[in-house]
Amino acid sequence: MINALIVMGGIGFIAALLLGVASRVFYVKENPLIIEVEEALPGANCGGCGYAGCHAAAVAIATGKAPPNICVGGGPEVSENVAAVMGMKIVAKEPELASTECCGGDRAIEKFDYDGIQDCRAANMLFGGTKLCERGCLGFGTCVASCPFDAIVMGPDRLPIFLPDKCRGCGNCIRNCPKGIISLISSTAKILHFNQYSECLAPCRQKCPAQIDVPAYIEHIREGRYKEAILTIKERNPLPLTCGRVCPHPCEEICRRGVEDEPVAINYLKRFVADWEMNQDKHLDVSVAASTGYKVAVIGGGPAGLSCAYFLRRLGHKVTIYEKMPKLGGMLRYGIPEYRLPKKILDWEIEGIINLGIDVRCNVKFGEDFDLEFLKAAGFDAVFCGIGAWASRDMKIEGEDLQGVWDGIDFLARFHLGDPPKIGKRVIIVGGGNTAIDAARSSLRLGAEKVTLMYRRSRDEMPANELEIVAAEQEGIEMLFLAAPVKILGQDGKMIQVEYIKMRLTDPDPSGRRRPEPIPSSETLIEADTIIAAIGQFPKIDFIREGKLISNLKITKWNTIDGKESTLQTEIPYVFTGGDCFTGPAIAVDAIGAGRYAARSIHFFLTEGEIPPVEDRQTKLIRETLFESVEGLTHVPRAHQPELEVNYRIGNFEEVEHTLTPDAAKREAERCLKCGLICYNRELLEAMGREMASVGDSAEAKKE
Amino acid sequence: MEYILLIISAVLVNNILLAQYLGNCPFLGVSKQMDTALGMGTAVVFTMTLASIITWAVHRWILAPFDLVFLQTIAFILVIASLVQFVEIFMKKMMEPLYRALGIFLPLITTNCAVLGVALLCIKKEYSFPQMVIFSFASGLGFALALVLFAGLRERYAISRIPKALEGTAIGLITAGFMSLAFFGFKGMT
Repeated sequence: MINALIVMGGIGFIAALLLGVASRVFYVKENPLIIEVEEALPGANCGGCGYAGCHAAAVAIATGKAPPNICVGGGPEVSENVAAVMGMKIVAKEPELASTECCGGDRAIEKFDYDGIQDCRAANMLFGGTKLCERGCLGFGTCVASCPFDAIVMGPDRLPIFLPDKCRGCGNCIRNCPKGIISLISSTAKILHFNQYSECLAPCRQKCPAQIDVPAYIEHIREGRYKEAILTIKERNPLPLTCGRVCPHPCEEICRRGVEDEPVAINYLKRFVADWEMNQDKHLDVSVAASTGYKVAVIGGGPAGLSCAYFLRRLGHKVTIYEKMPKLGGMLRYGIPEYRLPKKILDWEIEGIINLGIDVRCNVKFGEDFDLEFLKAAGFDAVFCGIGAWASRDMKIEGEDLQGVWDGIDFLARFHLGDPPKIGKRVIIVGGGNTAIDAARSSLRLGAEKVTLMYRRSRDEMPANELEIVAAEQEGIEMLFLAAPVKILGQDGKMIQVEYIKMRLTDPDPSGRRRPEPIPSSETLIEADTIIAAIGQFPKIDFIREGKLISNLKITKWNTIDGKESTLQTEIPYVFTGGDCFTGPAIAVDAIGAGRYAARSIHFFLTEGEIPPVEDRQTKLIRETLFESVEGLTHVPRAHQPELEVNYRIGNFEEVEHTLTPDAAKREAERCLKCGLICYNRELLEAMGREMASVGDSAEAKKE
Repeated sequence: MEYILLIISAVLVNNILLAQYLGNCPFLGVSKQMDTALGMGTAVVFTMTLASIITWAVHRWILAPFDLVFLQTIAFILVIASLVQFVEIFMKKMMEPLYRALGIFLPLITTNCAVLGVALLCIKKEYSFPQMVIFSFASGLGFALALVLFAGLRERYAISRIPKALEGTAIGLITAGFMSLAFFGFKGMT
């Protein structure tokens, strides 16, 4: 007994002694910071941060290998506490939220009948899943099951829906998705992203110059989630109210529903949600990244400048817009008549952009009131030059200096400068573009008795939007095609007559174009007291001064600012351009797209010094997505916006078109096919199916 | 030849986990992921060998001479626990990389019945020193093998259709039972 006690005591004593000595000899000084940090962490050991448990995360934070806000499970409070321990301060972290691009769901074609375990990972082990589309969602909901925050739900057509309010960006769904089609993306990354050929892009998304995710916002409208629809649009286009009214919607031309039915009224839907936001009378909050400390000057407050300023601001830069006119908006304000875009609405939209924290200086003209030297001295790191195309082409005919002769841009701009133009009763408009139509319809509203639009080609060649031409015709504007003015005749300095010559179109030249040529001695006289020339625009390059920094800017032979197509950078490295002054006159949404592209370039130029090219940048339409038939489509009539009676329109500038009702918008949204990459391309799918079948046959043949 | 037989017997036939059913706790606890199972397996091989050597020495030179073999169990627990603690402290200072790989598993093994069981078996079977070292090392290997195989199976559970009532540990135990049956197939080998 004694022996036993002695021996056990002895062993215990030796062990204790050894451990005591060891703990002294082999003492490792543990960082007290680690313990403190660990106490601040929630201790859930969820692993969402990528470290094995909260202790490992604490070590990483304390040693500076990880930022104090890596904890995804705890939310902002935990981040703040950890930061307090570390003696840092959290500036609102930009959330990274999970999302997927796939829109196939149930209607994607199945390769084979799968009756195995209802899990994407299991299904993926069998020939990459059942869906013929290699990039498509398999729809078994593995991501839904893997989400610790219940932020993913399965939609009715077996596509996961990500709830941004609940998503903490832990990345569990990404790790569990065998297809790798879920990604975490921050607003910054979204803004910097441009379409790539490798993506699943519906034709409308490819065609839209601003690259708005059209199917996504239509889907949101269908579900009644208007706020998300607006935010989706605003990731690409800060001016949905304006574009919803004035955009000639190239996206609708390419809409696949239009192959068998009428295209989806995409732009009406955009206007519908934009109007919804305005009727809430509160600008929706959009994310703005933490301040980067860089300052950018934007010259020109038109669509390109506003878009560039808006996206730069959202990327965290400090932006100042310089505008030569009394108010922002550029051509949207001074070129588009009130009845198409009420300026109250434009004001509200611009207010939303400016409220993000953008400085504005109006009534200052580049080259006169300020120059590049001034901007450099004021500490700007980069400059965006989006001065538009404000110079009108002359008719180059006799009598252009007579009273009653106007240029289209000047004519339209005067309405908004508090000085409506005074015109006569008999008005002739020269030109076939949108400016010409705008001028014609505006003249009618000013009280002109007879308005004639003179165009040197025929109606088919008119560059104006079809809808605008139709509206002009409805309002009673006379169209005089195949005619060009040659002389303006005047009396006492006032014009009284216009002499024009009839034209005919030549046979198509090798490039397929039919040029107008005058028919000899077909001159005709026409009574008119006003003539408005709207035959073309080009940038007004009058700011270049010899011996100044700006003289390094290169100008092309078309009088536009020269720059690199891939970056929009000009010959002066810190000056970027885009919009009409780079491309020549184009539509607003082109300028908006260019504004974001320039913002991307400026962002990389400032933060990284060089501008990486957009990999695999989508510029042309992807052929496989342009399928020519859609099976089993029943005709559903396209929505129409209520319009003012034609009789009521003349003589005032009230907005002609009104927005859809919520019911009509929902019905219209339901018409969207949600085209993906191939999941709606039945022809291609059939071909692929045959190919698959033949592969299967030959495999079986070999076995035999 | 004798040693080879000893190894095969310890790894496959008398697998410490599946035949003796010792060390059930880590078997179910750390077998959900392959990475952790591998770490745990390595830590067990390491500890088991070391613990058997020390306990063998304690038995040989302390307990047996003083005729105190009845104290075996309690003395071994004390020795193994202190040893693991000591190794942990030692590794943390001297072998940082090894500590980072095995460190978090060591405290889990402190009072592991598999380790104690092997130590006791070595005494019971009256192994010589080399036999004892090989036996305990091979037992550790057997443990690691079973653990890794089991983890491989359990990883598949994540994507399998399992009745609600059997999810988690329940299906784990059933699987362990089947694995055990499968390992009984090795019985005729020696």
